[in-house]
Amino acid sequence: MSILIYAESAEGKFKKVALELASYAKKVADAMGTTVTAVTVNANDVSDLAKYGVSKVLKASNDKLANFNAKAYADVIKQAAEKEGIKLVVLSSTTDSLYLAPIVAVNLNAGYASNVVALPVSTSPFQVKRNAFSNKAFNITEISTDVKVIGLAKNSFGLAEDAVSLTEEDFAPSLNDADFSIKTENVEKVTGKVTIADAEIVVSAGRGLKGPENWGMIEELASVLGAATACSKPVSDIGWRPHSEHVGQTGKPVAANLYIAIGISGAIQHIAGINASKVKVVINNDPEAPFFKVADYGVVGDAFEVVPQLIEKLKAFKANNA
Amino acid sequence: MKILVCISHVPDTTSKINFANGDTEFDTNGVQFVINPNDEFGLTRAIWFKEKQGATVTVVNVGGADAEATLRKALAIGADEAIRINANPTDGLFVAKELTEVVKNGGFDLVIAGTESIDYNGGMVPGMLATLLGYNFINACINIEVEGNNVKAIREIDGGKETVSTTLPLVIAGKKGLVEEKDLRIPNMRGIMMARSKALAVNEPTSTASATKAIKFEKPAPKSAVKLVSPDNLDELVNLLHNEAKVI
Repeated sequence: MSILIYAESAEGKFKKVALELASYAKKVADAMGTTVTAVTVNANDVSDLAKYGVSKVLKASNDKLANFNAKAYADVIKQAAEKEGIKLVVLSSTTDSLYLAPIVAVNLNAGYASNVVALPVSTSPFQVKRNAFSNKAFNITEISTDVKVIGLAKNSFGLAEDAVSLTEEDFAPSLNDADFSIKTENVEKVTGKVTIADAEIVVSAGRGLKGPENWGMIEELASVLGAATACSKPVSDIGWRPHSEHVGQTGKPVAANLYIAIGISGAIQHIAGINASKVKVVINNDPEAPFFKVADYGVVGDAFEVVPQLIEKLKAFKANNA
Repeated sequence: MKILVCISHVPDTTSKINFANGDTEFDTNGVQFVINPNDEFGLTRAIWFKEKQGATVTVVNVGGADAEATLRKALAIGADEAIRINANPTDGLFVAKELTEVVKNGGFDLVIAGTESIDYNGGMVPGMLATLLGYNFINACINIEVEGNNVKAIREIDGGKETVSTTLPLVIAGKKGLVEEKDLRIPNMRGIMMARSKALAVNEPTSTASATKAIKFEKPAPKSAVKLVSPDNLDELVNLLHNEAKVI
């Protein structure tokens, strides 16, 4: 009756979301009087998981699983769940886990609630609070099936250390050819840059910057903060910045700790996409810009004067706090 | 190629979100409904397949009679025919099961849905549908080419993209990138006139299966007013971010 998480790793290291997932599952397990089991794929050292409350790890190792493959990975999770008699599977909101979750749910005859933002409202009946209407509202959903799958929304819980003793077990799920009917041809990943998905801080700019040639200071600000860069929809539509940087309702969602919007007025669709961020700062010369209504901190001023100064202040701050 | 495009009928992106009946249902009062944006990118790509590769395009919605205006818009943009499953969807599994029947009966070999709807943000119907059908499935798909039975597609991954190859039959959960914003079509008068004579079949649901239920809705707590910092005092902003917000 343990709770199962799929702990994602990359290059042999657990992603932060894996540890966040463990922290969350441990709290739920405590409330339900049970423990947390993790399934890993091609991970070697799994001891980190024990620090965050995982007491058992099923280690699946298989060269065929070197590339992510949703069907195959979903099969691994399903077999792990069946082996352990799992009633609750907790997944993250990475692109891979969002891909897996509905497949796992159907394979386990489980009800699935995505975008869960907090500990269950109630464990019997099983009710969770989730984001809906593109961050404009919450929705309490009840899962009525015996086996349940939930997806934890990005950056909604944080890390909580809770060390337990760990049992490791090698796990050899049976995989069939049909699991590999989608073949990975090529993976292009941005390297040496913080991505919007992983970033704790996102620096975003809009049309107020007047032209693509002015992004130098945005990139510098991001670099000082260890942040990812992003942009508003009009900016990506006119080609000042790549589409991969477009954040908002039809672009990438942002759930960062800190979101800094520079020269972005704050259209409702933009806000919907970034509203899951914890702290929002706006820098805009128009005090009537709608972004000021949703921001925590605001500076009414010319971005071309404010941003370079802010970079200097932050550099000084970083130097003093290094 | 027979393409089925799944269409969610959702509040326009600028809608104010309110709830009725003791916060148990969405308040449709004064709300303009549209084709779910992710679905519209998929629909536009489907019409490209129709025009360039001779595909047929059917659109489907699981919903009430009010969704017919949205389906007619899809027909006016260029879909050949429409199907409405006459039911108020209870959850993603219910929708996926109904769509499974539509796909089986219609012999569709490519199903295009949106990665998620902008109302319930479930992000589950395409994956469930593919799994119930035993079809191949690509999530967060931002490009697709089909040649005969062979498919080359690109999916978004965290921090990049991945190119994959597979074969029909296939379900994709698409989003912006399948086509760009500038490729989206506004129905013209001729399209609107033609849409009136295109078939819109209304079928009754075949099951009542659902696994989850929306109990209640809540609006986020009202936000406290923004703290303004003078542009001449940016040390204060750094101080607030460090000591008060604790984010740097």
